[in-house]
Order: sequence, then C-alpha cells, then structure tokens
Amino acid sequence: MEKNKPVIDPQDVVIHVDNVSKSFGDLHILRDVDLKLYNRENLVVLGRSGTGKSVLIKMISGLLMPDAGSIRVLGQEVTALSEKELQKLRLRIGFSFQNSALYDSMTVRENLEFPLVRNKRNLSRAEIDREVEDVLEGVGLSQAINQMPSELSGGQRKRIGIARTLILRPDIMLYDEPTAGLDPITCLEINNLINDVQARYNTSSIIITHDLACAKQVSDRMVMLLDGRFERQGTFHEIFDTDDARVKPFYDYNFIR
Amino acid sequence: MTCFWFRSVLEKQLISMWKKIRVLLLEFAKIHRFLMRFFREVVSPPFEFKEFIRQCYEIGWKSFPLISLTGFIVGFVFTKQSRPSLEEFGASSMIPALISIAIVRALAPLVTALIGSGKIGSQIGAELSSMNVTEQIDAMEVSGTNPFKFLIVSRVLATTFMIPVLTFYVAGIGLMGGYLSIISKDQLSMLSFFSQVFNTIKMVDVFAMTFRALVFGFTIGFVSTYVGYFSSKGTEGVGKAANSAVVASMFIVFIEELLIVQLLSLLT
Repeated sequence: MEKNKPVIDPQDVVIHVDNVSKSFGDLHILRDVDLKLYNRENLVVLGRSGTGKSVLIKMISGLLMPDAGSIRVLGQEVTALSEKELQKLRLRIGFSFQNSALYDSMTVRENLEFPLVRNKRNLSRAEIDREVEDVLEGVGLSQAINQMPSELSGGQRKRIGIARTLILRPDIMLYDEPTAGLDPITCLEINNLINDVQARYNTSSIIITHDLACAKQVSDRMVMLLDGRFERQGTFHEIFDTDDARVKPFYDYNFIR
Repeated sequence: MTCFWFRSVLEKQLISMWKKIRVLLLEFAKIHRFLMRFFREVVSPPFEFKEFIRQCYEIGWKSFPLISLTGFIVGFVFTKQSRPSLEEFGASSMIPALISIAIVRALAPLVTALIGSGKIGSQIGAELSSMNVTEQIDAMEVSGTNPFKFLIVSRVLATTFMIPVLTFYVAGIGLMGGYLSIISKDQLSMLSFFSQVFNTIKMVDVFAMTFRALVFGFTIGFVSTYVGYFSSKGTEGVGKAANSAVVASMFIVFIEELLIVQLLSLLT
C-alpha cells in the first residue's frame, strides 16, 4: 500500500547535501554525493549494506564530518558550525538509531525525560510529565512508562527510540533502518508510525532502509545509493522500472516474482 | 648483494619503528586533548550534579563491602607478619606505631587505588564501551546533550572525590584489623592502641595520604573513561576496554606512587 503524498514545494529545501565525499582510510564510501530533502517530505534512501547510507545521515546530524563538500541543514552549514551551534541545530533533528540506542540504565520515562530536562531547563515537573505522556501516547506505548529497556520487545524499543527523538519536536527526522530485525506485522506498525509522525508533527524525514515494503509504504520520493553515488531517484515505480543488474535483485528479493 | 639486502632490511625496520612512534605520538596528542577538554568542561556550566551524586553512590557506596574486607585483611595480616621480627628485637610494643605509619603512609591509599582500579576501573571502562557499541553516546550527542560532560566529567570527579573517602575508611578499618591481630595474642586496650597510633601519625602524613588518594582517584577515573570512551566497536571492544582500564590504571598508579614517594621524601 502506498501513502497519500503531501504537497511538496521544490523551493523549500531543508537539507542540501552538495558534492559530499567520505572515506575511511583507503575505503571510499561516498563520492560526490548530492541530495535534497524538501520540507514535509519523506525521502527513502535505498542501498546495499556498507554503501554509506548510515554514514550519510551521521554526517547530516554532525556525528561525522565529510572529507569534501557541503551539508546545509535548515539553512546552516553543518561543517562550519561550532560545537555549541551544532548542539543547538541538533535539537531540530531527530535521529532514530538502528538499535534504538535506549539508555539501558534508565527507565522508559527517564529515557524520554533525558533530552527534555537537559535542553528545556525551565520546564516544571508537571510539564515534563505531560510531554512524556503525550509522546508515549503518540507511539502507542503509554503502559511501558516505568519499564526498563531490557523488558521491551524490539518493536517497542524502536517506538520508544522514536518517541525520545520526538519529545524535542524536531523539524527533521532521520531513521536508520527503522524496520531492521522486526517481524512483518511490527514492520507495518513502524511504517504507519513514520507516516503518523510526518502528519502529526509536520516533519521532513530521511529513512534509510533496504526493506522495500517499508520504502513503498512511507516514501514520497526514493533515491538509490549505488557504488557510492545516488544513481537513481524518483517514485518507487520509477526506481524499479529498469533492467539494471544492480537494482533488479532488490526488487526480486523483496517481491518474489 | 649483501649490502643491498642489509639496506632494505634496515629501511623496513626504520619505517616500522617510525610508524610505531607516530601511533604513540598521536595517542599522546589524543590523551592531551581529552585532558584539556576535561578541564575546560569541568568549570563550564551546566553542571551535572545529579549524575555526579549517582556516580559517587555507584563508585563509592557500592565499593564499601569489598574495600572493608580488603582493608581489614591488610591490617590484620600486616600486623601478624610484622610481629615476629619486632619481637626478635624486643620491640613488640612498637607494633601500633609501625602499622599506623605503614597503613597511613603507604598501604591505605595504595590498596584503595588498586582495588578501585579493579572494581571501579573495569566498571567504568565496560559501561562506557558498551554505551559506545550500542550508539548510546551518539544518541546523547544528537539529542543536544554533551556526553563528555555527562559521562566523563561526572565519573572522573566522582572517582577523584570517592577514592580519598574510601582511603580514610580503609585506613580506619586497617587499623582495626591490626588491633584485632594484636589482641589475638596480647592484651592491649583500644584506647592505648589508638593513642599510640595518633601519637605516631603526623599531620603531614594525613595530608600526604589525601594527596595520594586524590591523584590515584583522578587517575582511575581519567584512564578508565578515556579507554571506555574511545573503545573499538564490537563486543570484543567492551572486554578489551574493561581489561585495559584495569591494567593501565594499576600501572599508572604504581608509577605515581613511586614519584610521589620521591617527591615527599624531598619535601619532608
């Protein structure tokens, strides 16, 4: 099932990756990559493992720096920001990690409060509680508030991870393999959640995945990373309407013909 | 021909040696940056006071059972072992004075630091390393929290504060162990034992003990957080970080002990 696409203004760019390259030692991961994310758009980045998809979103959030090129996020050049400016920009970017990255020594409530109490120090206890409950309700896990991360299932951990990023009301969401390692029904729930987040919080998102069912369900546009470059982009059908031997196996594996 | 072979072998050796020196110098530069960042972050707000208290509890309070047992055994055994030699010279009445000097000047800070390196060092090294592996440190960073301040500064301050507290406690419990060892064979009131102890210990000894403990506490915190924070990814990295934190902390503590002893003997 494909989603109803929001109206996208091509002038309203929230992320502009321009000519970016990244290597680790002799290993060239990304070569002169260009990418634009428009406001309120869900952009899916497809590609094989090890092609630099996660590296790309880590560079967008400033966790890694590119070797060359420019990355503009919400009008600010990430590579030129000071540590403090970067920290401020990051409050507007939500990052959902592949393994959820929940703080395992804290309860769900403490996990959700953590970014809030550190970045909005003037909030009262009641306001913090309300925010936590609100965001937990948004991901459908109000009952898990006092549980430890180790007591949650993989799907629940993903949801809490997403809730933790949403608590700061980001403008941009970056999802790293949101459905990896989950059963089909939970995948469907996570996909619906990604669409709900877009509709409810008006976010623009980059979703890294190689799960085509997820890509089809959540994407407004897709790009495919091949050999360190974005070589194909468009809708789901435009991407896979090809005989390219590097692309076809993706489709064949996910939707056995 | 031989000359050519010798030259190529020598060249290879020199290149490999230079590579090792370069790695070592880069590591020193990294340690220096880490240290400078610590001193910068420790004085700049916001302060993670709640996390500091939590770490004091984790590092200090939870170490009390192990520290109590070790301190007591050290005091007891040291007294037991010293007795025959002193008795031989008819100086068994000097035992309280001897153990007070030994415990306060050397054993209490050193034993606390070594136990601390093992228990606290491995705990911090493994915890930070596993947070690194599971991207929890990255998650802190992207949620607008300074992980260095929250994780590193709070832990280093907590060890620097708690190791001296534990050292005083070990000194007390070690002296109690010594007293019990004495009364297992002789008759001596606790009052006369402790009056001998306090007559022997000078204020400078207490200051020296505190200074040592502060240095050791900082070392354990700094080394184990450094190793954990920069551990390699993967589960193997967690094990290596825990191991390196213990080995490196203990090694540096011994070197510091050697230097501090020299320094204090020059000053007193």
